[in-house]
Amino acid sequence: MTPNSITVALVGNPNAGKSTLFNALSGLRQHVGNYPGVTVEMKKGHCTLDGVRIDLIDLPGTYSLAARSPDELVAVDLLLGRRPEEPAPDVVLSIVDASNLDRHLYLTTQLLDLGKPVVVAVNMVDVAAALGITVDCDALSREFGILFVPVQANRGVGLDVLQRALLGAARSGIAPVSLALPAALEAESAALLPRLGAAASTFQARRLILDVNGATEQWFVAKLGDHLIPKLVDIRARLAAAGCPVPAVEAKTRFARIRDAVAKCVTKPRIRPANRTDRIDRVLTHRVWGSLFFFAVLFLVFVSIFWAADPLMGWIDDLTQWLGKKVDGAMPVGPLRSLATGGLIAGVGGVLKFLPQILILFAFIAVLEDCGYMARAAFLMDRVMSRCGLSGKSFIPLLSSVACAIPGIMATRVIENRRDRLATILVAPLISCSARLPVYALMIGLFLPKEHYSVWSRGLMLFGMYMVGFVAAPVVSLLLRKTLLRGERSLFVMELPAYKRPSLPMVARRVADAGWSFVRRAGTVILATMVLVWAVLYFPNAGPDGSKYDERAETLDEISKLKDDEVTEKLGDTPADSELAKLGLDVTKAPEEIREEAGMKARATKAEHQRNSYLGRTGRWMEPVFEPLGWDWRIGVAALASFPAREVIVGTMAILYEVEDDAEDRDPLANKIREDWDASEIRGRHRIPVALSVMVFFALCCQCASTLAVIRRETRSWLWPAFTFVYMTLLAYAGAFVVFQVGRLIWS
Amino acid sequence: MIPLSTLKSGDRARVEAIAGEPALVQRLYEFGLLEGEEVELLAVAPLGDPVEIRIGNTRLSLRLREAEGVTVSILR
Repeated sequence: MTPNSITVALVGNPNAGKSTLFNALSGLRQHVGNYPGVTVEMKKGHCTLDGVRIDLIDLPGTYSLAARSPDELVAVDLLLGRRPEEPAPDVVLSIVDASNLDRHLYLTTQLLDLGKPVVVAVNMVDVAAALGITVDCDALSREFGILFVPVQANRGVGLDVLQRALLGAARSGIAPVSLALPAALEAESAALLPRLGAAASTFQARRLILDVNGATEQWFVAKLGDHLIPKLVDIRARLAAAGCPVPAVEAKTRFARIRDAVAKCVTKPRIRPANRTDRIDRVLTHRVWGSLFFFAVLFLVFVSIFWAADPLMGWIDDLTQWLGKKVDGAMPVGPLRSLATGGLIAGVGGVLKFLPQILILFAFIAVLEDCGYMARAAFLMDRVMSRCGLSGKSFIPLLSSVACAIPGIMATRVIENRRDRLATILVAPLISCSARLPVYALMIGLFLPKEHYSVWSRGLMLFGMYMVGFVAAPVVSLLLRKTLLRGERSLFVMELPAYKRPSLPMVARRVADAGWSFVRRAGTVILATMVLVWAVLYFPNAGPDGSKYDERAETLDEISKLKDDEVTEKLGDTPADSELAKLGLDVTKAPEEIREEAGMKARATKAEHQRNSYLGRTGRWMEPVFEPLGWDWRIGVAALASFPAREVIVGTMAILYEVEDDAEDRDPLANKIREDWDASEIRGRHRIPVALSVMVFFALCCQCASTLAVIRRETRSWLWPAFTFVYMTLLAYAGAFVVFQVGRLIWS
Repeated sequence: MIPLSTLKSGDRARVEAIAGEPALVQRLYEFGLLEGEEVELLAVAPLGDPVEIRIGNTRLSLRLREAEGVTVSILR
C-alpha cells in the first residue's frame, strides 16, 4: 500500500526543540488550527517526500500524557484519533533532547501505549556531544523496537532520514510493543475497561486509574456519573496494598526501563562536569546579582517599548494625518469623506499605531524565551506575584502593559496555567498605558498650570496616577482568584531549561506571527468599532434649519482663512445679499473681524454638530449619570466618544469646548476648559476634584476597543472582553465618584 | 531526614520520600524526581521562595510549599 498522504503528530517536552523541528520540516507551509471551546492552538504544516505528502500537527509541548486540564486532554484525544475535526495521526513523532535523554524518554514510553507507530527524533546530538554524551541510536532502536533518528533541528541535519523513517513507519503501520506495567495494574485496568462504555480504550482505562483527579477522570465522571469516584478510590487502594501505589508505580516502572536502556545505549561522563548553564545560573538566579541583572533587562525592555517605539508611532500618526489631509482635499465634503478620514483612515491608523510596540516587545520576549532566560525571570519574580494570586510568569506581561496593554495581553501566552493567564489578562488593562498619558497631561495642565506649579508637583501627580493602576491590578487579581477564578492553587513546578543561543529565524517568525495575528484578527474588530463610533458622532448631519453641519463648518472655515481683499470681494456691492450674510456673519464689520467671526462660527458649528449627533444626544440625556462625578455633558460625551481609544477624549473635548485648531499645543485647551469651568458653579468651585475624577476614571476604565478585541482573540470568547469592560467601567465610575465626592469636601 | 525546602544553596541530598497533592507528586515523578535520586539545591529566589533544584540534567523551580512534601537526607 502506498498512500499519497500521511498524518504525523509531533510530540515532545517543552524545550526539546519541537517548534524548531516543526519549522525545519514544514518551512513556510504552515497555519494555525483552532479548537472550539479551548485555548489550545496547534500549528499544522506539511512537507513532501517521494510524492507523498506528510501532514504535520505540532501538539503543545508536554512532559506527560497524564492530562490535567481539558486543554491537555484535547492533545491526547487528538493522538488517539478521538477529535472529529482531525484525522487520526498515522505516525507519532516523538522528539527528545539527547543531553537529557532519561527524562525525555518518559513521554516516549507513554507514546508507545497509543497503539500507533512511533518514530523518535533524538535532537541536539551536537550539544550532547559537547557535554561528553554520545547516544547510540541504533542500539536504542533495537532496545525499544522503534526507530531512533539523530537530528540537529536547528541546522536541518538528519531531516531526510527522519522523513524516510516516518514514511516507512506509516507504510508498515506496525504499532510498537507498549511497556509492561505491573500485572496488578494491568488486571485492574482490564477489569475497568468494560464499564467505561464501548468507545473507551485500554489507554484511557490506564490513565483513569493512574491520574488521580486528572482530566480523564473528570471527563469520565461527567459522562458516567459520580459513582465512578468510589470505584476508582477502591482500585487505587487495592493497588497500593499490592505494592503498586499510584502514581509512583508508573514513574518507577517507566524510569527503571529507561535507565536500563540508557545504561546500554548512552555513554556519558561518570562524574557530571559543570556545564555552561551551571556557570550562568550561578549568576543569573543569584539573589543579588540575578535580581540586578533582571532589573537591567527589564529597564532595557521598558526603554525600548516606551521610547524606541515612540518615533515609529509618531511616523504612523503623521502618515495617517497626512493621508487624512490628502483625502480631505481630494473629496467633496459629505458623509463619504468623513467616513474615509474620520472612520477608515483614523481606524486603520489607530490599529497600525500599536504595531511597533508589539513587534519590539515580541522580539524581546522571543529572544528571552528562546535563550532560556524567561523561566529565570519568572523564578525571580514568583514570590512577589504569587502574593497577588498570579505567578512569576505574569510579571513581564504586566510590565509591558505600562507601554500598552495589547502586547502585554498577547505576552500572557507564556503562562500555561489557564487561571493565572486569565487573571493576568483581566488585570493588564488596569496598568496605566501610554494612551492615558494625553488624558493625564491635559487634566494636570488644567489644575496644575505650568505658570504656578513646578515640574516636580506635576510629575508627582503623574506618578500618582500610575500608582492607581499599580495598586488596583494586584487587588483586583486577588479578588478574581478568590471569586470568579477560584480553584486549586496552580502548580509552579517549572523547568529552567539549559541556556542556548537564540535562533534568529525562530525569533523573526514569532515576531511576524504576533504582528500579523494582531493586525488581522484584532484589526477587523477595532476598525468596525471606530467606524461605528464615527457614525454615531456624525449623524444626523442636518441642523434644525435643514443645512448640513459639515458643509456649513467647511464654508465658514474657508472664509476664516481668506485674505482681507478676498473677503471684500465676496461681500460684493450689496453685502447684505452676499453669501456671507446668509451664513449669519455681521457684514457691516471690517473684513478682518468678519474672518474672525467666521472662525468662531465654524468652531461653534462643529461643536453643535457633535452636540446634536446621536452620541451627543445620548451624552446629554445621560448627564444625570455624569453629575455625581462632577462632569458636565461635554466631558460625558467626550468619554463616550473615546470608547475606541482613550486619547480620543482630547480631540473630542477640543471640538466640544470650541478650541481653535492647534492640536500640537494642548495648553490652550486646558486654559479654555478652565475658563469654562470657572463659569460653572460646581466645576468652578471644585476644579481639582473634577479633574481628578476624570483622570481616575480614565486610569481605571477600559475605553480601548483594541484591548477588548485582543482579549476576545486571546480568550476566544466574548464573555471575557465583556466582563473586563463592565467591571472596569464600574470600577472607574466608583473611583471617579469617590474621588469627586471626597475631593469636594477637602477643597471646598 | 529533612524536607527539601530546608536545604541551603549548594547542598546535595538524596530523595527519601515524596508526599503531597497527587498532581504535584505525579509531576515531580515525571521530572525524574524519584526516591533514591540525588538532588542539588542551586539557588534561592530573592524573597526566599521559590528554590532552584537540579536532578540529573533537569533544573526545576519549586515553591517552598511544593518542596515541603519531599523528604531528603543530606549528602556530604
